[in-house]
Amino acid sequence: MLEIEAGEKTTIRFTLNGKPVQAQAESRMQLADLLRHVLKKYGTHVGCEHGICGACTVLVDGRAVRSCLMFAAQVEGASVVTVEGLSNATGGLSELQAAFRRHHALQCGFCTPGILASATQFLQDNNAPSEHEVRDMLSGHICRCTGYTGIVEAILMTAQKRGGA
Amino acid sequence: MSTSEKWVGRSIERFEDEALLTGQARFMDDLEPVAGLCYAAILRSPHSCAEILSIDVEAARKLPGVIEVLTPDDVVAMSKPIGNLISRKLQYYPCAVKRARYFGEPVAVVIAEDRYIAEDALDLVVVKYEPKAAVVDPEDALSSSATVLHEEFGSNVVHERTFQYGDPEAQFAKAAKVVACKVNYPRVNSTPIETYGVIADFDASNGRYTVWSNFQGPFALHPIACDALRVKGHQLRLISPPSSGGSFGIKQGVYPYIVLLALAARKAGRPVKWIEDRLEHLAASSASTGRVTTVEGAFDAEGHLLALRLSQLENVGAYLRPPDPAALYRMHSTLSGPYRIRHISVDNKAVVTNQVPSGLNRGFGGPQFYYPLERMMDLAAAKFGMDAAELRLRNVVRSDEFPYDTVTGSRLESGDYRKCIEAALERAGYPQLLARREQARRDGKHFGIGIALAVETSASNMAYVNLALTHAQRLKSLPKSGAAGRARVIMDPLGSVIVHIDSVPNGQGHRTVMAQVVADEIGVLPEDVEVVSDLDTFGGAWSITSGNYSNRFSTVVTSAAKLAGQQAARKLRAAAAKELGVDPDQVQLVNGMASAPGGKNEPIQIRRLAMQLHWDAGNLPDGVDGSISELAEFSPSSLTVPDEHDRMRSSLAYSFQCDLVALEINSATGRVHIEKYVTVHDAGNLLNPAVVEGQVRGGFAHGFGAGMLERVTYAADGTLLSGTFQDYMCPTAPELPDVDIVHVITPSPNTLHGAKGLGDGCSMLTPVTLANAIADATGIKDLTPPFLPGRLWHLMRGEDPDAFTRKRQPPETGSALTLKGALRGDGTVAIDAPRQQVWDTLLDPAKLKSIIPGCESIDATGPETFIARVRVNIAGIGGLYDTKIRIFDRKEPQSLRLSGRGESKLGLGEGEAFVTLKEDGGGGTVLSYEYSADVGGRVAAFGQRMLDGVVRILLASFFDRLRAYLRGETPSSGLMATVRGWFAMLQMLRGPK
Ligand code: FES
Ligand code: FES
Repeated sequence: MLEIEAGEKTTIRFTLNGKPVQAQAESRMQLADLLRHVLKKYGTHVGCEHGICGACTVLVDGRAVRSCLMFAAQVEGASVVTVEGLSNATGGLSELQAAFRRHHALQCGFCTPGILASATQFLQDNNAPSEHEVRDMLSGHICRCTGYTGIVEAILMTAQKRGGA
Repeated sequence: MSTSEKWVGRSIERFEDEALLTGQARFMDDLEPVAGLCYAAILRSPHSCAEILSIDVEAARKLPGVIEVLTPDDVVAMSKPIGNLISRKLQYYPCAVKRARYFGEPVAVVIAEDRYIAEDALDLVVVKYEPKAAVVDPEDALSSSATVLHEEFGSNVVHERTFQYGDPEAQFAKAAKVVACKVNYPRVNSTPIETYGVIADFDASNGRYTVWSNFQGPFALHPIACDALRVKGHQLRLISPPSSGGSFGIKQGVYPYIVLLALAARKAGRPVKWIEDRLEHLAASSASTGRVTTVEGAFDAEGHLLALRLSQLENVGAYLRPPDPAALYRMHSTLSGPYRIRHISVDNKAVVTNQVPSGLNRGFGGPQFYYPLERMMDLAAAKFGMDAAELRLRNVVRSDEFPYDTVTGSRLESGDYRKCIEAALERAGYPQLLARREQARRDGKHFGIGIALAVETSASNMAYVNLALTHAQRLKSLPKSGAAGRARVIMDPLGSVIVHIDSVPNGQGHRTVMAQVVADEIGVLPEDVEVVSDLDTFGGAWSITSGNYSNRFSTVVTSAAKLAGQQAARKLRAAAAKELGVDPDQVQLVNGMASAPGGKNEPIQIRRLAMQLHWDAGNLPDGVDGSISELAEFSPSSLTVPDEHDRMRSSLAYSFQCDLVALEINSATGRVHIEKYVTVHDAGNLLNPAVVEGQVRGGFAHGFGAGMLERVTYAADGTLLSGTFQDYMCPTAPELPDVDIVHVITPSPNTLHGAKGLGDGCSMLTPVTLANAIADATGIKDLTPPFLPGRLWHLMRGEDPDAFTRKRQPPETGSALTLKGALRGDGTVAIDAPRQQVWDTLLDPAKLKSIIPGCESIDATGPETFIARVRVNIAGIGGLYDTKIRIFDRKEPQSLRLSGRGESKLGLGEGEAFVTLKEDGGGGTVLSYEYSADVGGRVAAFGQRMLDGVVRILLASFFDRLRAYLRGETPSSGLMATVRGWFAMLQMLRGPK
């Protein structure tokens, strides 16, 4: 096992939204802090730093993970996608993002990047989800503004549009 | 679109959303508005009530990367206490001065080059406390033996006033029935997902503080903050970030931190950023007031409510922080609710307790009022043997009585309450629900129906805060009144439309709705209107009433924008009239073009007209004074100061709401299943129905949370027990039932669009609607939310649902332990080594040091006593525990008993364990353990759920390492061990969710 002194910084290399990046971080730095404050990708939000609210969720090698519960050093060699990388190729809103806007699935939008990340993986794994399954997936997120109805609708509609249901 | 079609009233998509959905929106913690930012971390009191004997910051100051440490002495030297309405003797500084009065109160601020270093340095600040007996319950605060929180003031009762309207005593004397209800309404925290944040900069050359913060108003607090900082208005410039991650009122409470961080920046000589973490937010941001209410209703024989007698005891937490005691008065001028009550007496008291200070949280003063009132109505219906809906229909203001002047002075301007109630009954299928209830009861099930009503106030008249003063006191103080809204409409030299508004939104779509409003007035498309909602006190469009509270957006801010738009349109029409050769009032502004049906020329682009006013200022049309930059204020003149009888119009507009729920309770688990929830609102005209729906659903989520899950919970010693999202539980998608929304529309004559407000809505009414249904289902009269399955289960068995916050659990039978701690557990592990070897290892300090996770040293201080230094990390917060361990009842090599007591920055812990070793018959050992522990201080705030998990992980890690050691491997040490402990912890936190 690699031994790192307290305070020592190591170089972490990984892919961020499709582009190779490298950054220096102390071993104790959380991934959320690396993304936001070192790499300046402010789209990832932090709401609790103890793993409950889900606001900080990003995709690491396609899996939705809480970036407040992961050390920066753990993404060495991985592919990380944040909300900035979720838009479609031409930079417009993806189907899922557009559905969020259409269904008023956000108000303050602070929880939204994390929910988009979870929903992205969820829809990949499950192309014809039931409302119950969508709600169950959302149990890992807290939205204090919307009451979730628009979010559930937007995710179900996206699945439907993709021809799943 | 024809001229008659308006943008207002349509559910267009929001202009805010694209930036939010793509990660481009900028929130408080995304800002770096000045060069040279450094970062603050706040040391907080682990005691709810303690004298501060000394604070030693030298070691912290010496840590490389630390710039400065701000202490209470600095705060006292550089500022004044934050003023309040009642007394100068109730001193409130933004940090604990000499005495800490609530768990989590700031004690010192460390400013460092980065946040990690600042937090490291907190560990090095040494504070000596002398804890005192805390006052936690508001009724205990009244007792003469209770600790007096503010000795200079001399009493925990910080406010007291009585009021009388009409002749309630005469009505009570002649009443056919008197119904009473007492409620101790708990405190909640709105918990926006974005926490508080402040960046403060001090310019020594002109003594000016510039502060960026997600403070949301009311900006009446700007002069109060200036006063505390001892500066003039222009020396405190407040700027809000472009986006705010929710508030629901609570970000009003940022202002003490504006003062604190401004002082920190001044001391550090550098701009300082502070972003609150969630633990700080739950402990020390703000919470709604708690209220103990006794309400009595006097009814005649037919069930008409003649009079009310109210006694309200408000828990404002440790300090009387402005605007409180305002929560006690927000509903004062509508104390009759939606009912025709002409006689009311009120006895108000506010007390301080060792809890977090109060402030705006969704519904401000509303839930605390409607809960007891609407419970009392249900108790009355039961007493009359009358249907709960019928009793209410009998008492509500009749539709032909509007405008209705309440006995306390409000003018309910419009409404049709009966129609709303009937709409609720119809949508819910009331007769069928009653039949279902019949059937369910025959089947022995707990099925209940609940109904509740409320009047919701919009655009508060600032004057209501002054009801806390007597008329004589008011005459001597600065008069306050009004509920102004402001907006500015600008058209630039290229003809673009820019609108500045003063509503400081936190996600409510104000920019979209405002674009609709202005588009209608000046004839452009909403997407061509750029709305700027960030507020800068160096800008023009703000006033003392600015901010996001009491539904002022849909009422006064949109009205102001309409006026500003009309002023702009007047200029555009004048410019067009000249070219079109018609009178200005014949000019139509539609779809970006100005035209006149009978005019001689082709239509003109509106953009071009605006450009012309800039470029050709020497040739302005008649009556036009320059290019378009139109500031308008909408300030209703009806909102004046209270009269000598304490009557006043507390608000500009009054909405109405009726909620109805049907639910079933599983008596084996205490779980509530919502069958149907209907909410009917009359909020006048709807400006953007989709945005309105979002407000109703969001308000419902808050109301449902307060009813079923959420509560700021303190132990008997004032230690916070709801310090993480694991223990302060916000509803997630699976818990929230669907809600059926119905709108009844009676426009308000008092606002320019006929709109009222509904932002508080269900957050005020859902808790009592649920309570009424639960009472109906169970027959329990005395109900206090939240109705968590466990609490309800106890209630249904006639037991105290809150016993755990009051006393220790009773000893379990058969336990070998004497300490009956809150954290308990037992387990068995198989170890592949002979019993004697396990025994020897467990009793050898040198060996134990490498086995105990996070152990830095362990020394024997006697034959049976040891001292260990152990680092424990919980949820990102680490602390070194100096732990004294003692061994008893040693029966080598079979069993021993251990007791330990540890102290750290995180607080106290004490525990006891009983360990037995048995041979497994195959050369190995079976180790069984049982433990019981108690924690206090900061660590306790993590809550039982999280701590139980932490203990399990630490134990698992210990036994892993013990096995590894006995296999001859060396468990890794130092940092990596900590990191791995952390890791396990993270895995646990990630949990099954
Ligand atoms: S910030 Fe990571 S889960 Fe809340
Ligand atoms: S939109 Fe505000 S928290 Fe979800």
